[in-house]
Amino acid sequence: MKRAPKDVVAGARTVSRRALVVGGLQLGVVGALGWRMQSLQVEQADQFRLLAEENRINIRLLPPSRGLIFDRNGIPIAANEQNYRVVMVREDAGDVGEVLAKLTEIVEIDPRDLARAMEEMRRRSPFVPVTIADRLSWEDVAQINLNTPALPGIQAEVGLSRVYPWGADLAHVVGYVGPVSDYDLSRIDDPDPLLQIPKFQIGKTGAENRLERTLRGTAGTRRIEVNAAGRIMRELDRKEGDPGKDVQLTLDSRLQSYVQARLDNESAGAVVIDLENGDLRAIASAPAFDPNLFVRGISVADWTALNQDKYRPLAAKAVQGTYPPGSTFKMVTVLAAMEAGFVTPDETVYCPGYTDVFNIRFHCWKRGGHGNINLHESLKQSCDCYYYEIAQRVGIDKMAEMARKLGLGVRHDLPLSAVAEGLAPDKEWKARVRGEEWRIGDTVNASIGQGYVLSSPLQLAVMTARLATGRVVTPRLIRLIDGVEQPSGLGESLGLNENTLRRIRASMEDVCNHRRGTAYGSRIIDEAHKMAGKTGTSQVRRITPEERAAGVVRNEDLPWERRDHALFVGYAPYDNPRYAVSVVVEHGGGGSAAAAPIARDILLQAQYGGPPPLEAYPAAVRDRIAEQQRRIEARVPQGATGRSRV
Amino acid sequence: MSYLEYNTKYVPTGLRKVLHLNWAIILLLIAVASAGFLMLYSVAGGSMTPWVEPQMQRFALGMVLMLVVAMVPIWFWRNMAFLAYGGSLVLLLGVEFFGEVRMGAQRWIDLGFMRLQPSELMKITLVMFLAAYYDWLPNKKTSHPLWVVVPVVIIVVPTLLVLRQPDLGTALLLLIGGATVMFLAGVHWAYFATVGGGGIAAVVAALQSRGTPWQLLQDYQYRRIDTFLDPANDPLGAGYHITQAKIALGSGGWTGRGFMQGTQSRLNFLPEKHTDFIFTTLAEEFGFVGAFTLLVLYLLIVVFCIISAMGNRDRFASLLTLGVAMTFFLFFAVNMAMVMGLAPVVGVPLPLVSYGGSAMLVLLVAFGLVQSAHIHRPR
Repeated sequence: MKRAPKDVVAGARTVSRRALVVGGLQLGVVGALGWRMQSLQVEQADQFRLLAEENRINIRLLPPSRGLIFDRNGIPIAANEQNYRVVMVREDAGDVGEVLAKLTEIVEIDPRDLARAMEEMRRRSPFVPVTIADRLSWEDVAQINLNTPALPGIQAEVGLSRVYPWGADLAHVVGYVGPVSDYDLSRIDDPDPLLQIPKFQIGKTGAENRLERTLRGTAGTRRIEVNAAGRIMRELDRKEGDPGKDVQLTLDSRLQSYVQARLDNESAGAVVIDLENGDLRAIASAPAFDPNLFVRGISVADWTALNQDKYRPLAAKAVQGTYPPGSTFKMVTVLAAMEAGFVTPDETVYCPGYTDVFNIRFHCWKRGGHGNINLHESLKQSCDCYYYEIAQRVGIDKMAEMARKLGLGVRHDLPLSAVAEGLAPDKEWKARVRGEEWRIGDTVNASIGQGYVLSSPLQLAVMTARLATGRVVTPRLIRLIDGVEQPSGLGESLGLNENTLRRIRASMEDVCNHRRGTAYGSRIIDEAHKMAGKTGTSQVRRITPEERAAGVVRNEDLPWERRDHALFVGYAPYDNPRYAVSVVVEHGGGGSAAAAPIARDILLQAQYGGPPPLEAYPAAVRDRIAEQQRRIEARVPQGATGRSRV
Repeated sequence: MSYLEYNTKYVPTGLRKVLHLNWAIILLLIAVASAGFLMLYSVAGGSMTPWVEPQMQRFALGMVLMLVVAMVPIWFWRNMAFLAYGGSLVLLLGVEFFGEVRMGAQRWIDLGFMRLQPSELMKITLVMFLAAYYDWLPNKKTSHPLWVVVPVVIIVVPTLLVLRQPDLGTALLLLIGGATVMFLAGVHWAYFATVGGGGIAAVVAALQSRGTPWQLLQDYQYRRIDTFLDPANDPLGAGYHITQAKIALGSGGWTGRGFMQGTQSRLNFLPEKHTDFIFTTLAEEFGFVGAFTLLVLYLLIVVFCIISAMGNRDRFASLLTLGVAMTFFLFFAVNMAMVMGLAPVVGVPLPLVSYGGSAMLVLLVAFGLVQSAHIHRPR
C-alpha cells in the first residue's frame, strides 16, 4: 500500500513520541531495579552476609571421649572400648539390595537391623552414612575390609563405647551409661550441646551419673561447609574438645569383687572403710546386675527379670537400703547414757528376761534373763534389758543426738545414686512427721535399734569407724579427679570420753573373742589381725504375746521375707584398727550366724590384701573355709571379657 | 512505505552493509554474552563443561544467524511476517499435541538436533507481525475499534496457547510486548486505560477464583504469587528460591566476593543456578558494581535500539526495532525483578546470560532484524 509522504512523516513522529514515553517507562523500571540492587547489596549487605555464613557453615560437634574410672590400684573399672560398626552410603552402593545381600554372606546381621537400616536409607539423603550393624567383632571387620571391592558404599567405622570390665561386681557403685532420653533432658538443667546429639551416652546411675560433668568432657567442634542439600563440601576447621577427666575411686576392685562373691546367693549389703582416711574400700550390694547390659540396650526379658527378682538386684542396698540396726545400735545407747552421766561402766542392771514399761512387757532375747549385768557383759552377750533401763534414763533426744554424731540418720555425701538418710528418731521428728507424741515405749524400742530407727550398711560402717577411732571419719569414694587428690575423710576428734570408748571397744573385742561373746564362732585367731565387733538381729515382724506364749517360731521356719535381718559391724585389728566393716544380710536370720562370718572373711581379706592363710581361722572351721575360698577363687567376675580396651 | 519507495541509491549493498551495521549493539551483545560465559564458568566450579562450551557455540551460531538476517533487506522480512507468525502458531499448537513435558511444563518440541521452544519464537514473530500489520494499516484507522480488535486477537491467541502449557512468564511477555507495539503504533490511550483497568479486574478475579471449580490459574501459579507476596512464610518450601536468591545477592555487597568465590550459588543453595537464577551468582561474585554494570549494559542495548528506531522513517522497521527492544527489556527486567524479590518467580531467563539454546538463538535473530532495519533504513 502506498502512503502519502505526509502520513509517513506523521506516523514516524507518533512512533518517536511514543517510543520516548516507553523509553521513559523503561528507564523508570531500570531505576527501580537499580535502587533495589543498591538496597539489597549495599544497605543490607551485612545482614545478608551473616545469613550467607549461616547457610554455608554448619557446626558439627565432636563428642569427647569419656573419662575413665579406676580403682585405687589403677585398675580400670569403667573403660572405653573400641566399637566397630559398618555403615553404608547409598549413593556409593549402586544396587543397595545386592550389596546388602553380599554383606550378609560375609557377616551375620540381624534381619531386624537390616530392615531398620533399609528404612533409614530410604528416608535420608543418599550421601548420609547409615549404620547397618553395630558392635562387630574384629574378625568381622577384617572380613569386610578384605572384601571392600565387592562391597561398594560399605565402610567399617570405629567408635568408642563404655565397658565395665568388672561387670556386676561394681554395678551399684559405678552405675552405667545410656543414651540421653527426653526424660533426662526434661529433668536436668544442662545447656551442654552434647546432650542434643542423638544417642549421646550419659551416666544414668551411680558414679557415672553423679560424676557426669567431670567424666563427660567438653565438645569439640568441626566447622564444615555444606551445600543446600546438607552434603559436606569440605572441613573448614576443627577444634578438638577436652576429653572427660579420669577419676580414681578409693575402692579396691579385688576386695570389692571378693565381697561381692562372698555375699553371693544372699540379699545383702556390705561396706568396708579404711580408717586411715575414710576411704571406702568396698561397697557391695548383692545380688547385682551386669551394667554392660544397659550400655548395649537391655532386652525386655532381662529387664523384667531384674525388676521382678524379689532380691532386688537393681537396688544399691549398701547405701540405699535402710534397716533397723538392731543390737548394733546398742553402742549408741550406751555412749549417750555414759556421756550424759546416767550410768557408769561398772554399774549393774538386773535382767529377769523382760522389762515392764507402763504395762507393756519388753522381752530380752534370752528368756531366762542375764541376771545382774554391767556394760561389758551387756554388750558382749547383747542383753536387751540393760538397754531398756538406761535408755529410759537418758531419753530419746540424747540418743538421737549421739546417733547423728556417729553418722547414723545423716546423709553422707557420696557420688552415688540415692544415698539413704536413714532415721535417728527423736521427739521433734515424731511430732513433725507422725503428728504424735513420743512415748516411752518408743525409746525402749529404739534402745536396741528397733522401732523407728533405720540405718544403711554405709551408716553402720561409718559408726563403727568413728567408734574405733574416736574421730570424725567421713566416707570418701573419690581419691583423685584428673590427678588431683581429694580431701581425706579423717577429721577431728569426736570429743567423746576416751575412757568410755575404750570400755566399749573392749566389750566389742570380747563379742568376737570371748567364749561367751555372740560372735565367738566367727573369731579370728591370728593375733595381729583379730577383730572386734557387734552382732545385730533385727526383727521385721511384731511378735505377739500369743506367739511368744506358744514359743517363738524359729527363723528357718518362716517365709524368707518375714525372717530377721542379720547384721554385724566390726573392725580389725582390734588393738590398732585399720578397717571397719558392716554387713547386713536381709532376712538372713541371726547376726552371729549369718552376718558375722561374712564380716570376718571380709576383714581378713582386707587385712591380708588377698586370700588369708587358713591359720588365721579357728581349726574347726578351716576345712569349710578352704572349700569356700576355692569356690570364690574359681568364680570369674561377670561381664569381664577379653576384649580390647582403651 | 514499500521498498519501491526507497531511494535505493543510498541503501548500501553487498559487503558494504557490514560497515553500516549498528556496531554499538553488537559490541554490547558480545559484552553481555561474555559476562554470561564468565558466570557459567563460575557456577560450573571453574569448568568449561557442562555449560560454557555449548553456550559459546550457540552464541557463535547466533551471531552468524544475526549477520545473515541483517544482510537480508528489511522489506523481505516484512513480507515474511505473516508466515513467521503463522509458523510459530502452528508450532505452538504442535507443542500442545506432541510436546515433551519437562519440569512440569509442556514447552518443548524435539526437532532432533535441538529442542525448540516455540513460545520463544513467538515472542519475536508476534512483534514482527504486529509491526507489519501497522505498516499496512492506514494511520487514521489505527484507533478504529474494528482495527484494534484484529491485533488483540493476534496477541491473545498465542498468549492463551502459551498459558495452557503452562508458562505464565512467557504469556505475560507476549501480552506486554504486543500491547507495546500497539501503543507505539498510535492506538488511542483510552484503550490502554480500559484494558489496564480490565487487567486489574482480571487479576482480582483470578485471585478470587482460587479454590473454586472455575479456578483460572494453576495451583503452582497461586503458590508462586503467595510466595512472592510473603517469601518468609515458607523459607524452606516455596519461598526458598527467593530467600536464597536475596541472601546470595545481599552477601555480595559493594564489590562482591570475587570471581569464583561466591558460596551461595556454588553450593547449591540456589535453584537453577545456571539458568533463571544466574544473576544471583553474578551479583554475589561481582557485587553491586558488577550487577549494576550489567543493568547499564542492558539498558544501553535498549537505548541504542530506540535511537535507531527514532531515526528510521520506515514504519515497519521502527516498530519492529522498538518491539524487539521491549521484548529484550522485559526479559532482563522481569528476570532481575524476580531474582530480587520484586516480582513473582515466573521462569524468565536472563537474556544472553542464562544457559539455554532457543532463547539465545531467537534473541540474536531478533537483533538480526534490528540490524537489518538499521542497515536498510531509508535515507
